[in-house]
Amino acid sequence: MTKVAIQAEPFDIAAEIAALSGGGNVGAVVTFTGHVRSDSTTTELNLEHYPGMTEREIARHIADAEARWPLLGVTVIHRIGALKPGDAIVLVVTASAHRKAAFEAAEFLMDFLKTRAPFWKRETRGGETHWVDARQSDDAAAKRWE
Amino acid sequence: MTLLYFAWLRQKLERGEETMALPDNVKNLADLAAHLAARGGAYGEIFGDITRLRAAVNQTHEKWDTAISDGDEIAFFPPVTGG
Repeated sequence: MTKVAIQAEPFDIAAEIAALSGGGNVGAVVTFTGHVRSDSTTTELNLEHYPGMTEREIARHIADAEARWPLLGVTVIHRIGALKPGDAIVLVVTASAHRKAAFEAAEFLMDFLKTRAPFWKRETRGGETHWVDARQSDDAAAKRWE
Repeated sequence: MTLLYFAWLRQKLERGEETMALPDNVKNLADLAAHLAARGGAYGEIFGDITRLRAAVNQTHEKWDTAISDGDEIAFFPPVTGG
């Protein structure tokens, strides 16, 4: 069971976990939630994406994860539009019979969301707006799965 | 073919999309970038240095030597920053 959603609305983490839990052989459900950091002077984050390609890239990496690990369910939800510090941006939920596959697949999917899914962040900080630069550490994290 | 621009490219070019016929001398993505750079202005600024850019053909990430054809959907954008 896979679910991919690109949406402006907040997501319900408990409902998404419940949706992947309790199935026959599901013994482990791992979630990762990414938030807008509130430790700086950032007042707003705005996310744009490439409709169509985003969904294809995410589906491709979910298929890749399913080929590497025995997954019983995957959910990826990514928000777009205006977000405030503290808001949740991204949710990855993976379900498997055992925890190792679920943990690893969640990390794999996040590394690829960071480096391949066509989203761009624009930050408003101290009244000034600029596009966020990509981080080389994210590229390095994704490379270890090659 | 359709060209799409995202993030600061879209802002600087003041457009997110345009259509054009494939020029005769354009065989791959690097050729197309050079063709766009030759327009000068914001195009010259952006496509004069493709090391800061990434490209996709028909919604798949591709390298600059990837061949293109009329009818393709080609997107240019900065390195992605989602997640």
